[in-house]
Amino acid sequence: MKKVSLLLLTLFLISGNLFAQAVDNGVPMADKLREDGKIWVVVAVIAVVFAGIAINMLRIDSKVSKIEKELNIK
Amino acid sequence: MRKSWWKILCIVIIFYVIFMGLMGPVPRLAIINESIRNTYFHVALWLAMTTLLFASMIFSIRYLNKGRIGDDDIASELAKSAIFFGILGCLTGSVWANYTWGDPWPNDPKLNGAAVGILIYLAYLLLRSSFEDEQRRARISSVYNIFAFAVFIPIIYILPRLTDSLHPGSGGNSTFGSYDFNSDIRRVFYPAIIGYILLGLWLAELRIRIKVINRVRDEALITSDKIS
Repeated sequence: MKKVSLLLLTLFLISGNLFAQAVDNGVPMADKLREDGKIWVVVAVIAVVFAGIAINMLRIDSKVSKIEKELNIK
Repeated sequence: MRKSWWKILCIVIIFYVIFMGLMGPVPRLAIINESIRNTYFHVALWLAMTTLLFASMIFSIRYLNKGRIGDDDIASELAKSAIFFGILGCLTGSVWANYTWGDPWPNDPKLNGAAVGILIYLAYLLLRSSFEDEQRRARISSVYNIFAFAVFIPIIYILPRLTDSLHPGSGGNSTFGSYDFNSDIRRVFYPAIIGYILLGLWLAELRIRIKVINRVRDEALITSDKIS
């Protein structure tokens, strides 16, 4: 009985090791970047750039609408 | 601003894709590592392009059915914003390929197919610019547009799958859909496609409206010439 439980314990420890590998299988990802927190700066910069593009597009859109109104289209 | 809710939706979706696409959880895969996030920005471009080209073909068919010049305007501008996405897709694909496959343009059937597909559509624009008469241009280029889409789909989606290609789902490679493509990716990937489609529609819509304004102005000039 003791032998069996020892064997089970060993297997359990090995499987635990495997579980750990499934979570972090040694594939390098940008974990460090997120730990440092600086990646958010990049995300914010991209968001600001896109916000600028979006505002620009909305303004062009409203300008076109204005011309349409002057020419009585639709 | 009339009926602009979908433009706001487009902006919101793209913000969501930028935030979740860069910071959200992704599967850990060897070799591609973090660049799996390109799925949201590169693969979605191609699917949006295909959708826009499909819509363009529908409007070409509608033009041939009803003969309204407005449908041809819509078809050509949708095709233009789709080509814009296609060129962006080629450029972003080159960058991604450079760092994962080690070559900016490996001789991959999917890449060459995509290049041929874009050339087919550039020929569509060339064909359009070679007619003076509006109705004649619209009729012939509508027929071309339908054939172009019928060639584009096999060349970009079917033929690469029949041979060996580096892209997923070709040759011996598994598709993303089989096991790598988990729910984390889907949650950002599908909104990304919708966001890109809406952005393409917005670009096309602006160009169509400018086209209509130009047409109205030209007609006004002609009538004022006649009066004076």
